This record gives sequence, C-alpha cells and structure tokens, in this order.
Amino acid sequence: MNVRLYIWQRLTAALMAPLVLIHIAVIFYATHQGLSAADILSRTHGSVIWAAFYGIFVAAVAIHAAIGVRNIFSEWSPFKGRGLDVFVILFGMALAILGFRAIAALVLA
Amino acid sequence: MTARQIKHRGSALWIAALVHRLSGLALAIFLPVHFLALGLAIDGEARLDSFLRWSDQPLVKLAEGGLVFLLTVHLLGGLRVLVIENFAWRDGQKQLATVGACVSALLAFIFLVRVF
Amino acid sequence: MPEAHSELSVSLWRGREDGRYQTYAVPRRENQTILDVVTFVQRHIDPTLSYRFACRVGVCGSCAMTVNGKPRWTCRTHVSKVVGKDTGGAQLEIGPLENLPVIKDLATDMAVFFAKWQDAKGVFAPSKTRHDPIEQISPASPARRAADAAIECINCGVCYAGCDTVRWNSDYLGPAALTRALTLVNDVRDGGNPARLQAIAATGGCHACHSHQSCQELCPQSLNPTAAIAALKRRTSAAYLKGELKR
Repeated sequence: MNVRLYIWQRLTAALMAPLVLIHIAVIFYATHQGLSAADILSRTHGSVIWAAFYGIFVAAVAIHAAIGVRNIFSEWSPFKGRGLDVFVILFGMALAILGFRAIAALVLA
Repeated sequence: MTARQIKHRGSALWIAALVHRLSGLALAIFLPVHFLALGLAIDGEARLDSFLRWSDQPLVKLAEGGLVFLLTVHLLGGLRVLVIENFAWRDGQKQLATVGACVSALLAFIFLVRVF
Repeated sequence: MPEAHSELSVSLWRGREDGRYQTYAVPRRENQTILDVVTFVQRHIDPTLSYRFACRVGVCGSCAMTVNGKPRWTCRTHVSKVVGKDTGGAQLEIGPLENLPVIKDLATDMAVFFAKWQDAKGVFAPSKTRHDPIEQISPASPARRAADAAIECINCGVCYAGCDTVRWNSDYLGPAALTRALTLVNDVRDGGNPARLQAIAATGGCHACHSHQSCQELCPQSLNPTAAIAALKRRTSAAYLKGELKR
C-alpha cells in the first residue's frame, strides 16, 4: 500500500458511504414489497437517476474492492508483486464490466 | 511448532479490523454473483422473474440477511478507519466498535423479520 | 522448604526459531518482576540462558520479552500482575519478542527494527548552521506539542512485536519508526521533510497501517503510534495531492 493507492481507497470509501446507506434502504424497500421483475424494471427502465447512481457506485466499488483484495493477498498469501497487480486490475475490470452490464440490463431493457 | 506462540490480544478494535477485512472479502466474492443475477434481465423479464422466485426460499433469505450484516458491518468498520485517520483522536473507540457490530446485527435481524 | 504456593512454574524459550520451551521452578517472592524471575534462572539454575537487560528500572528499553503472549518490559512487569495474587502452580511463559529474528533464547536481533528507523528517515536534518542564531521554539506551539506527544520512545520494540501488520507485511516500517518520523515532521528546525515524506509515502510506509491499535494499547510509555501514523497519512496525502511527492 502506498500513498496513491491509499488515496484512491479512502476516496472511494468516503464516496460510497452515503451510497451504501441509500442502497440498504433500496434493499429493504424492494425485498419487503416482494417486488417482481416487472415491478423492478418498471422503476428502473429508462431512468437516468438509477443509471447515474449505480454507475458511480459500480465504478467506485470496482476500484475499492480491487485495492482491498490486493492488500489481503499481499499480506496473507505469498502472492505479491507484478502478478498480483495484474490479477487485481483484471478483477476490478471484471467487476466494472459485470456491474455496468447489470445496470444496462435494468435501465435499457 | 515455532517460538511464535502468537496470542492475539483479541481486543475489540483488532476484531473490528479483522471483521472489516473478512466482510470486505466476502462482499468482493459476492458482487460478481450479484451483478450476474441482475444481468439476467438482459434475457428478458421472465428470466429475472424466475430468479426472483427462486430467491424466495428461506435459506436464500437467510443468506440475504447475512449479506445485509456484512455490508453494514463493513460500512461501519470503514467509517471507524476514516474517522481515526481524518479526525482528532477520541477515546471510547472499543465501545463504539461493539455498538457498531450490534447495530449491524440489528439491521440484519430487522431485514429478516421483514422478508419472512 | 518451598511449599506449592511459593513456587512458580516458568517456561522459557530456549534455542533459536526452532527451539522449544523449557520449564523451571522459581521461588516466588512478594515483590517480584518477570526480569527477577529470568535472572534467577540464569544465576541459580541454568547459566546458559541468554537474555538482555540493562537499567532494570524502565528507562532503557532493553528487557522487552513476550510474557504470557504479550510483549512487555520485564523489569516493570510484576509477576503478580501477570498471574494474580493467589497461586497454585502459577504458570509463566516467557519468550523472545515476536516479529524479530531470535539470536538465542530470549534475545532477539533488533537490527531490522533500527534499519527501518533509518528507512523512515527518523534522523534530524539540520537546516541552519552554528553561525545562525538559536531558533526559539515555544513548547506550547501546536507543532511542538504534537512532536512532544510522540517523543518519549525508547526503542524497546514492544509496539513492533505486537503489530500484526509488521508480521504480515515485511516492508512495513512499523509503529516506532513512523512515530519517530512524525516528531521530526513536526520539528520546525528540521529540513529533511521532502525526503522523509517521500520515504513514508512509499510501499511499506504509513499507509500500510490498518489501525489495529495494538501498538497504542501495548506501549509502556503510553505513546499513541496509531494517532501518529494517522497524522502522517494526512500529511503525505496532502503532499501527494499538492504534487510535492515524486509519483
């Protein structure tokens, strides 16, 4: 961990704190109402707000999780160095791609 | 057996850091699954709907409660770190850490009550 | 002569990393420190025991060892504090400090601890000469207060031994080296901050700290390396964002 990774890690964390609270509220609402796919899609379809909110969330979590996983591997496993960096970058990219795909699925469907 | 008989102090703050790390790891593993499930909507509403109906079982709801706990505890653990690093030192952190764990458990419990 | 309750069963680490605990019977006395116990073994039972001490009164930092799983100053740790007042076969387990190579028995090699001190640039870099007037520093100034709060470190190694991030991350400079670096960061007479902040912002620097706070709990001088390291995180982040650090 160095100053550059630290700043990215902490900034994405601070950004996500309010987003997580909102997300938990969404989870509670959606699950309690027993929303069906039709209900969800009717709310998310074509919504710029949903896309923006979760777009930012996905980007932040991809960065944050990748750096976090890097820390865990470098401290708790023999996996280090350039190989680890490549692995976590791929992991972060995979999260971002899957996340944006999910948003597209719900907003553009 | 080595010389290093490591007895972790097991203090509340050390446990808080460990829980923060483990919950983050669990969430990092869960997220791709979560995104894939939501992405089922690409194949149409019916596909997503059948998944949602599958997730209606008690075991899945229990797992979802666990996820709510993990997300909350990870958030609160992260706030602990952000406060230590950016604000003046405060005492009473151990008590706050314990309160944080209880709040997370409570939130997960409320979630479970509402979905069952 | 010795009744069951007036004897301690003491396990001491013998050998190097691949050694083992060996148990000795030591008479228990009323005011007895862990260092007294170790000294008794070496003088009356087994002269081949190796251990380190100097002042015996808690000002030099030489005698730190792992006592029942916790790194402590053995000269200032009373046996009664570790095993309680009434004892029937009280058990003491004393080993060398963690996270450091073992030379022999209870003595560790502190070289890497001090090497990291140097790596963190915990060395005063003068910014004036003897021909300049003496700089007036008010003890009440915020920078001096911050420096003084962290200055009483006697390099005993307890925080380093108790830190799990040190154990998991061989690059990590550790709480003592970083705390000392902070006192110099806050010393307005010092001119070494550019290089110092660069060193602390690198891999293994202050950002590796996870705020477990074992250091702060264990420090016999009641220092707070966690808070010191948090301050360094702020300073280095600010320096980085202002472009003062080489990327």
